[in-house]
Amino acid sequence: MKYMLLINAGAVDENGAAAECSVEDWVTYDKEVKDAGIWVSGESLADLVTATAVRVGQDGRRTVTDGPFAESREVLGGFYVIDVPDLDVALDWAARCPGARGSGSVVVRPIAEFGV
Amino acid sequence: MEDEGVTGRGIPVASARQSPAHASACASVESVFREERGRLLASLVHHFSDLDLAEDVASEAVEAALAHWPAEGVPARPGAWLLTTARRKAVDRLRRDQAYAARLAVLQVEADRAAPAPPPADAAGDLPDERLQLFFTRAHPALAAEDRTALTLRCLAGLTTPEVARALLVPAATMAQRIVRAKKKIRQARIPFRVPGADELPERLPGVLQVLYSIFTEGYAASSGPQLQRIDLAEEAIRLARILHRLMPAAREVDGLLGLMLLIHARHEARTGPDGELVLLEDQDRSRWDHTMIKEGCRLAVSALTGGPPGPYGVQAAIAALHDEAADLATTDWPQVVALYDVLLALAPSPVVELNRAVAVAMRDGPQAGLALLDALAGEPRLRGHHPYPAARGDLLHRLGRLPEAAAAYQEALDLAGTEPERAHLRRRLHTIEPPGPGDRADKTST
Repeated sequence: MKYMLLINAGAVDENGAAAECSVEDWVTYDKEVKDAGIWVSGESLADLVTATAVRVGQDGRRTVTDGPFAESREVLGGFYVIDVPDLDVALDWAARCPGARGSGSVVVRPIAEFGV
Repeated sequence: MEDEGVTGRGIPVASARQSPAHASACASVESVFREERGRLLASLVHHFSDLDLAEDVASEAVEAALAHWPAEGVPARPGAWLLTTARRKAVDRLRRDQAYAARLAVLQVEADRAAPAPPPADAAGDLPDERLQLFFTRAHPALAAEDRTALTLRCLAGLTTPEVARALLVPAATMAQRIVRAKKKIRQARIPFRVPGADELPERLPGVLQVLYSIFTEGYAASSGPQLQRIDLAEEAIRLARILHRLMPAAREVDGLLGLMLLIHARHEARTGPDGELVLLEDQDRSRWDHTMIKEGCRLAVSALTGGPPGPYGVQAAIAALHDEAADLATTDWPQVVALYDVLLALAPSPVVELNRAVAVAMRDGPQAGLALLDALAGEPRLRGHHPYPAARGDLLHRLGRLPEAAAAYQEALDLAGTEPERAHLRRRLHTIEPPGPGDRADKTST
């Protein structure tokens, strides 16, 4: 069963790095996920100031805006999709993720399955 | 799917035109199914990894029993009969639904991969006992706390959804929605049916115990309504704790929880007067306490505190035991009660425990000492709206002869208390200080 781990960054320093963990922590975690044979996909997202929002109105015209900028303190910073037997295993991997520490959090969501 | 006509305690009883044999067979189905429901469901869930399917075929098996047992007699091993029948019905259904079967086959393979060894059969019953898995799934931290309680009552206590709704004072439709939503999460997020390993138990067991204790406390001191105690709910919690105790004989905190419940429940006859009014510990007729239950509770409290560092339920059981063993309030071992509250505070700090400790200190050292501790808790946000806090202050102020302040504290408690017997008790207290004048109503909510 596939689960997405949505990594919400907590407080970041002036360089955009999360305060609670180092680059080495992420490299180690990434290697562990891949060595365990559960890695499906995963990306780290560029800084939120680079984000652009697109909306299409009822008249078919599109609106492009800068942002959105975070209103709350938590901002999606990246994700993993992993394939594990059940929620408990997924929660264990989420707990080991450096992004779960300090003011960050990892939200675990099952990937919807359509058909058989 | 929620089918409420047949399952749990909602089994239809025989109507008048049916034979006495039929009626007695129906009664046996009811009692057997009530006892076996949790076990039956757990076995089916373990086998098919699908709670809805398990509930459906369990209900169908009971319908079959209602049809066959009156004519053929109750089988020697009714639990095994129900399980075999339910399994056969599940297999039939899976054959009819190939797509569903393919999905379940995948689930089964993964379940076997995750937990290869099936639990051994329980020598006492005629079904292997897989309820421990249900206890842990129902109290999984990924579920909302109120849903854990509802699912435990529904699946392990065998209450129907309307009964769960009544027990938790929620409208039936809301409860049905919540149970459906929680079951959907268990299925779609794939919360596993398994007993956590030894390394995870310290983290997971408190959640299971918390569910049972919250069922018990709602029964012991209903949060609202006309009645002070709801005995059926308290007894249900004790029944579930006994099952858990049988399933986890080595878990000392389970001993502690069961002991605590028994030591509190032993006083329930004396706790309400003839008109349902609250009778305080100090005024209770202790000869009406259930001394057999107290003995059992004390044994459990001792075993909870033996062989390792104590847990919070074990310590609370020991405090309850000190009350239950005392001949009256004055000869209660208050220094020991205070010492145990100190241990409890170190294990599980809480302003409610601080409040109880302050009352015990007042008994040991006098009302002035207790009042000083209570006043130090004045800013505590978790005691705001908690009526025992102003009620305890009122009692100590009363004993100190500071009557106007005592009256104000009782009035504050009166405005916060949830059940009518508690409000009546506080009104009586208030009237001992200032007898009501004509047209003077103490209960602000009714003026």
